[in-house]
Amino acid sequence: MSNRTLPAWIDIGLIPLINICLAFIVSAGIIMLIGESPVEAVQVMLFGAFGYGEGIGYTLYYATNFIFTGLAVAVAFHAGLFNIGGEGQAYLGGLGVGLVCLMLDSWLPWWALLPFAIVAGGLFGAAWAYIPAYLQAYRGSHIVITTIMFNFIASALMVYLLVNVLIEPGSMSPQTRSIAEGATLPYMYQVFAAFGIEIEQSPLNVSLILALLACVLVWLLIWHTRWGYAIRMIGFNEKAAVYSGINTRRTIVISMCISGALAAMVGINEVMGAQQRVLLEFVAGAGFTGIAVSLMGRNHPLGIIAASVLFGALYQGGAELSFEISTITRDLVVVIQGLVILFCGALAYMLKPTLEKLFLRYTLSKATRQDSLKEEAQS
Amino acid sequence: MKFQLLALSAAVAISASATAADLKPAVVFDMGGKFDKSFNEGVYNGVERFRKETGIKYKEFEVTNPAQREQAVRKMAQRKADPVISVGFAQASAVEKASKAYPDTRFTIIDMVVDQPNVQSVVFKEQEGSFLVGMLAAMKSESKVVSFVGGMDIPLIRRFNCGYVQGAKYAVSNAEVISNMTGTTPSAWNDPGKGGELAKSQFDRGSDVVFAAAGATGAGVYQAAKDAGKFAIGVDSNQNHLHPGTMLTSMTKQVDIAAYNSFKAAQDGSWKPGINVLGLAEGGVDWALDEHNKDLITPEMKAAVEQAKADIIAGKIVVHDYMADNTCPAMN
Amino acid sequence: MTISNPQQAADQSPAIDLRKINKRFGPVHANRDVDLQVGRGTVHGIIGENGAGKSTLMSILYGFYEADSGDILINGKTVKIRASKDAINAGIGMVHQHFMLVDTFTVLENVMLGAEASSSLRHSMVDARKELQRLSEEYGLAVDPDAMTGELPVGLQQRVEILKALYRGADILILDEPTGVLTPQEAEQLFSILDTLRSRGVSVMLITHKLQEILAITDHVSVMRAGTMVADRVTADTNKEELAELMVGRKVLLHVDKAPAQPGDVLLQADNLTVRDADAVPRLDDVSLKLRAGEIVGIAGVSGNGQTELLEVLSGIRPVEDGKLNVNGTLIDATNVLDAKDLRHLSVGHVAEDRHRLGMVTAFSARESAIMGFQDEPEFNRGLLTDGGAITRHCQQLMDEFDVRPGNPDLKSANFSGGNQQKLCIAREMERQPKVLLVGQPTRGVDIGAIEFIHQQIVKLRDAGSAVLVVSVELEEVMSLCDRILVMFEGRIVGEIAASEADAKTLGLMMGNASEAGGNAG
Repeated sequence: MSNRTLPAWIDIGLIPLINICLAFIVSAGIIMLIGESPVEAVQVMLFGAFGYGEGIGYTLYYATNFIFTGLAVAVAFHAGLFNIGGEGQAYLGGLGVGLVCLMLDSWLPWWALLPFAIVAGGLFGAAWAYIPAYLQAYRGSHIVITTIMFNFIASALMVYLLVNVLIEPGSMSPQTRSIAEGATLPYMYQVFAAFGIEIEQSPLNVSLILALLACVLVWLLIWHTRWGYAIRMIGFNEKAAVYSGINTRRTIVISMCISGALAAMVGINEVMGAQQRVLLEFVAGAGFTGIAVSLMGRNHPLGIIAASVLFGALYQGGAELSFEISTITRDLVVVIQGLVILFCGALAYMLKPTLEKLFLRYTLSKATRQDSLKEEAQS
Repeated sequence: MKFQLLALSAAVAISASATAADLKPAVVFDMGGKFDKSFNEGVYNGVERFRKETGIKYKEFEVTNPAQREQAVRKMAQRKADPVISVGFAQASAVEKASKAYPDTRFTIIDMVVDQPNVQSVVFKEQEGSFLVGMLAAMKSESKVVSFVGGMDIPLIRRFNCGYVQGAKYAVSNAEVISNMTGTTPSAWNDPGKGGELAKSQFDRGSDVVFAAAGATGAGVYQAAKDAGKFAIGVDSNQNHLHPGTMLTSMTKQVDIAAYNSFKAAQDGSWKPGINVLGLAEGGVDWALDEHNKDLITPEMKAAVEQAKADIIAGKIVVHDYMADNTCPAMN
Repeated sequence: MTISNPQQAADQSPAIDLRKINKRFGPVHANRDVDLQVGRGTVHGIIGENGAGKSTLMSILYGFYEADSGDILINGKTVKIRASKDAINAGIGMVHQHFMLVDTFTVLENVMLGAEASSSLRHSMVDARKELQRLSEEYGLAVDPDAMTGELPVGLQQRVEILKALYRGADILILDEPTGVLTPQEAEQLFSILDTLRSRGVSVMLITHKLQEILAITDHVSVMRAGTMVADRVTADTNKEELAELMVGRKVLLHVDKAPAQPGDVLLQADNLTVRDADAVPRLDDVSLKLRAGEIVGIAGVSGNGQTELLEVLSGIRPVEDGKLNVNGTLIDATNVLDAKDLRHLSVGHVAEDRHRLGMVTAFSARESAIMGFQDEPEFNRGLLTDGGAITRHCQQLMDEFDVRPGNPDLKSANFSGGNQQKLCIAREMERQPKVLLVGQPTRGVDIGAIEFIHQQIVKLRDAGSAVLVVSVELEEVMSLCDRILVMFEGRIVGEIAASEADAKTLGLMMGNASEAGGNAG
């Protein structure tokens, strides 16, 4: 419409808020259709997500995963790449984390083990992203196709390994043995307990701190290093990057590897933290949710944190909802989550032109008023 | 018999209000969901039957990711639900933790063993039932090539597969068994199209009897058998009625009964912790013979299978359990 | 479908009459009380610098924007134009600078797209073909209706755009910078078409920044500056100097003032450079040239004859595959491949032909665009992190030296006018006093005032002892700025001429047809 942009508070504050409200209004309609009270449903969801210790713990625990995968998508996105392979990279990353933990857990305490786990997980995730990245940069295979294929390959590989190789002997379920006590990441309730503060139990663990640290590092990398400069330039304009003497192929591969390593940190939260073992399907869609998170968070760490908490709340509040109100099944919860993604992600800009018009009309009337005041003053 | 039932229901009716208030059963389904056409659904059928018969409502939850298992099981206990049924091996660690945290709550876990004083573990000897249908398949087959379509490639399904192979080779020593798994993700439980394709390719390779242990994927396998004029074997519940004439038999796994019994036992006070291994002897697994398939089973076949069943119960035949050591000697 | 009727000209009300048009974008007053009359059957030029409000005015006329206040009268009747549809219904057609054509459609399909007469495509096609035939004959716009549009030369594609407008019943045509994409010959043809249109009673509005075109074809000319209409002239009564002064608001030097060149050592030497595209077609064919210290060498040629590839290979964007390059004593060939960064280290500056796609990143802030190519230099980095303060100071310095406005390093690059973007790019490339400077289209899309400044800076660098290569499609620019001119045709250098001896006619011939070329640089 016009070349004037809206002020930031409308663009990143008001518009997402209105979008969430729209999603909830449509959800309310559906909940009414099945004969439940939307007000009660919202209460249950909000209380479940933020109302008590355990709920907050779960919300933040989910958010931890989404921060990692959201950052992963964002880093690739800044390089103009759409990495939808976060799921597989996280899965493989978890394998790396698990292998290191299982190898060293009888020797090292968790804080000494953690750096090894981060490196191993990161390497595994990066390696899983490297192949599609190489194929994109040097062979022209589209990254969307290859990364999604690699999700399936990761899934098949993990089933094979867990069923045939890593399975705990004599166990019925395809999962590894538990990581030894003391080698797993402390839960937050344990950390707080050490300071004499008692909070309710939840899988929330120190990975959250790692996730926030990752946000800072990504922010520094993208906006405050020459490599981030190169990544962003490729994303905006690959030709300009060549003009600037940037090795675009290598930068593409590196940014995908960083992306894969970030996704792999889900493995720290899940394998070393919450589940304390490698098991099937532990990623549980976090890789895909990361796409929506990054989209909503405008590929910025702060936005990603906010979006991750929102999605964490949707997951946790949604579980609470289907627990408390039996007619609201988990499928309906998925519908509600989907509506939020639809309005906040896919339709994020639906309202923008309207708001822009309203805003311009407002500023215009103010400007003309000021003009006429000035003219009056002059005359 | 009739009188007894009447008396029982009268008794139930009298004590209904009291019992309903006392007993707050709950069930936590796993990620497949309660309509997975497999054991989650079996549990659902069992607890539904309990609800209809007794009027006692139960609380339920379907998990959508691994972290919710422990959350849901704990939450059930927190809300004073008792007993709590946990469906599937994947919930074992959740049940273990919750059972320690809530020692006064009774838990029943299906398909896995959790060794706690307040946990009842129900496991099935799928290999025994699979052995019997394997025998039937090999005896029915003219080509002496039979086949197996599994769902997701996990140890439990390999246990089915391994029992089936042993049975086929027991009945016909030179029988050949072709085995395929539908996939490596949970979607393998719900892919009838791929199931049908796998069955067709097995038919092309000479198979004329196929056993599907693949949840809803099985529907495609049975349809393919009907279309090709071959025989198929159902799983979990009695599926003989699906395509009379080509459904050779079904290997039944009484998950519904196990679930029903857990609630029922809790209601009448006979609930006991410990391991319930349900094999042929306990009626937990079996093969199905009814009006839909009686013409397909010759008296000789029936006699041989019944003999083997008796031998297994008596311990004369030992069916190797894949999950005991994660190997299947019969398949090598 | 209404077709223009020359008899209407008898009625004396103007074709377009804009009265007191106002349009604001927030605090920016893009059009302020603009009045404009365009007579029927005339060609009316509108000139002004970038950002003067020409495009806004045309967008209001064509329904992209709605005016805040003011009236639009078409053929004497007030009309409300809220969308392009209203403009089309009022008989207004627009030919955009970037064509709105579907490359994979035939000419006929493009012309009728969106204006199908009936729901039956077959019937529409038959009728449309007849109508197209009639229009082509009446206006002298010959074009094969069944040709694939994407395969036509640019000049013919523009013709299709004009036919599209006429097919929709336009008797008022707006052309936005129509010659920007055309060769001089194609531009000539366009003018003769406009002549025919005028004689058939069509009113034409020509938006351009090229003064020469205004003088060559228009009857009247209106000059805009800073959102207002500053002058209306009968073309015959004005001249270039007056128009330039009206546009810029001060006296402007239209030719480059420079001393004779004093060529020194060879700083860059290319030998037998050949570049092939993906289909192995040579884009640059056995090109050899020398750039000496203290001279400006111009490359003249119709766009697309290898100039782009030449700049790419000389600047390191494209690797040398065949032939060799000697820059300041460093030999570059297929075995010693250097990239753009390496060449910058050899003191080669490169002002890209296309600043939007190559020379800057429009989404970056000015300070980020101002370090392109130098992002790894120690002065902009502190350890692992970039030195934000140093980058901002650097940009501020460039902006001060080259008078980039607004002088705000944090402003998005896209929000600068073309001239200021170009000044920033040139400032960046000249800042380190490169021994060799490659400049592609130094003044494309740049205001007249800024052109003068840019030319002066290039001459200053030459006089300081650098070698400069200028690639431009503007013949006038090449002739006045350069000392020596090479002409390119189909990837080869087909002629060389001293700028002092060159005139538009000889150069035009050399550019168009290799065999008639005079000299030969080989």
